[in-house]
Amino acid sequence: MATHDNTEHVSDAPDEAVGWESKLQYFLNSDFVRSAPYWGIPFVLMSIAVYGGIGYNFAISFTDYEGLGTPDYSALDLEMYAQALSSDAFIAAAQNNLVLLVGFTTICLVLGLFLAILLDHGIRFSEKFQTVYLLPMSLSFVVTAQLWLWMFNVESGILNLVVTTLGFNPVDWLGNPSIALGAVIFALIWQFSGYTMVVYLAGLQSIPDDQFEAARVDGASITRTYLRIIVPQLKEASVSAAVVLMVFALKAFTFLYALVGRYRPPNGTDILATLMVRRAFKFGEWAYSAAIATMLLVMALGVIGPYLYYQYKQGSL
Amino acid sequence: MSQSSPTGSFDVASLVEDVNLRRVGQYALVVFFLGFFLVPLETGIMTAIKTNESVARSLPFAPPASEGFTLGNIQFALEQLSGSFFNSLVMSIPATIGSVLFGSMAAYGLTMVNWRAQMGVLMLFVVGVFVPYQAVLVPLARFWNNIFPLARMIEPMVASIPFFQGYHADLVPLVITHIAYGIPICTILFRSYYQSLPNSLVEAGKIDGASITKIYRRIILPISKPMFGVVFIYQFTQIYNEFLFAFTLVTGSDAPAAPVTLVLPAIGASTSGIDFGIRMSAAFLAAVPTLILYVAFAEQFAKGLRTEA
Repeated sequence: MATHDNTEHVSDAPDEAVGWESKLQYFLNSDFVRSAPYWGIPFVLMSIAVYGGIGYNFAISFTDYEGLGTPDYSALDLEMYAQALSSDAFIAAAQNNLVLLVGFTTICLVLGLFLAILLDHGIRFSEKFQTVYLLPMSLSFVVTAQLWLWMFNVESGILNLVVTTLGFNPVDWLGNPSIALGAVIFALIWQFSGYTMVVYLAGLQSIPDDQFEAARVDGASITRTYLRIIVPQLKEASVSAAVVLMVFALKAFTFLYALVGRYRPPNGTDILATLMVRRAFKFGEWAYSAAIATMLLVMALGVIGPYLYYQYKQGSL
Repeated sequence: MSQSSPTGSFDVASLVEDVNLRRVGQYALVVFFLGFFLVPLETGIMTAIKTNESVARSLPFAPPASEGFTLGNIQFALEQLSGSFFNSLVMSIPATIGSVLFGSMAAYGLTMVNWRAQMGVLMLFVVGVFVPYQAVLVPLARFWNNIFPLARMIEPMVASIPFFQGYHADLVPLVITHIAYGIPICTILFRSYYQSLPNSLVEAGKIDGASITKIYRRIILPISKPMFGVVFIYQFTQIYNEFLFAFTLVTGSDAPAAPVTLVLPAIGASTSGIDFGIRMSAAFLAAVPTLILYVAFAEQFAKGLRTEA
């Protein structure tokens, strides 16, 4: 990098009175060069891993590679993408993914906001409660999947205990394809709503107290104050929490795998991430799964691109 | 909240009643959600310390009766998991230290020192935080298995280290992978902290003639100790809890180098179904390191999450 830049400086030299030696000296002493090892080494390592990996994945997705020998890059085409888009399994997984993304994100945001407002004012030991509400976030998805597997158990799980006590028939939460996805969303909300609460609480605490005072003096009720004055100011917190949740919903794999301990998650909960890993590591269809992974990446970028642009425009990066 | 309102000649008694009702409702909701978040955990613990018979006969959340109590499940799970605990720690600790140090360095280079095109580089870091790992799994598997089989190359060397076996070499690529993919989030966390520091710190150092390295070691590192705590706790939890990279690089739950998260979904399962006493015991043992960290440093953990957003 340094050599490249110094040739540029050499060509610039005749325009200026200063000799190229001192210019080079100046350049080598500049903050850019001297800070380069600090950001440069992590940057190179990270770029190889993230962007090198993405590029390689992209390249493989155009081949027909199935795990034997090396990928053949002589005949590149979009066959794997076409194959994926016309497959029923892919369509079903994409639909489930959309339901998961919308349902999970919306409910997490609403519940998190509710919890934040609940703990925001006049609750004693509210920090202790926050700690408990956030506790599931410190657990691995593998652990929470085991806990919920037991909660969802047909014969002796707590959920069925509640259902039968209310006089209904026991429900096969994970075995019934039309319920399973809802059950998974419920468990994930349990894990993540503490997170949205924390983000919202940070937002609430940045709002000056005199806004509450002013609203009270004007005779507004607490509910009205929150709905009309406070919540609209939480837009930024909502957007960033929503982005994190949506990206998570796209890549959620671990929870679904750990529920059953095999590649195929409960019927009706197959999403793109589980489909991709299954195709790659169970069936060895590397090129096909690379194509699915690329589409997954594009969707994730579709979520974070606008967000980063918005942040950049706001000058908050 | 109620006392300062200019109620004047209003009926004070009904106001107090209203406020109390509201307060009672508020606390009732708080307690309800306390239950919501704790019931799965409580049920798990109770199931872990019950005999199979007691699990079948008692309510799932009820504590075991005296004859239904056992530590056998926990003992069994501990035996099954002990090797993988060691693997998990051997993987998480160096990977956490590595990514935290690199993150701090990168954030320093990108915040405290000004140069052009910084924003572009920073953007690449930020996008790196959000990239779904599925998009790099196929390359990762190929890279560490076929292109650069590091684990196979260093196996004899690792086997000669005391307490280590040859198979622990499988963890080295995993550590490097975790460091590389942990850099973006650590950088972003440190950057938000460095941005909040006054610019005058670095300026003063520069005027005194301190080099960039000296400013980092003498000024920035000492004052970022609290942030190191936050990032370390956050990142350790992430790496210890992580599953997908281990799944890709170490593969099966029966592999000797498998970390805890890889072994857990297979424990206590047999042809006759899952033994939930054993499964719940294993789940709790697996969660113990992160639970201890969380209980001790909940505020730091919350801060890490908040900054991420």
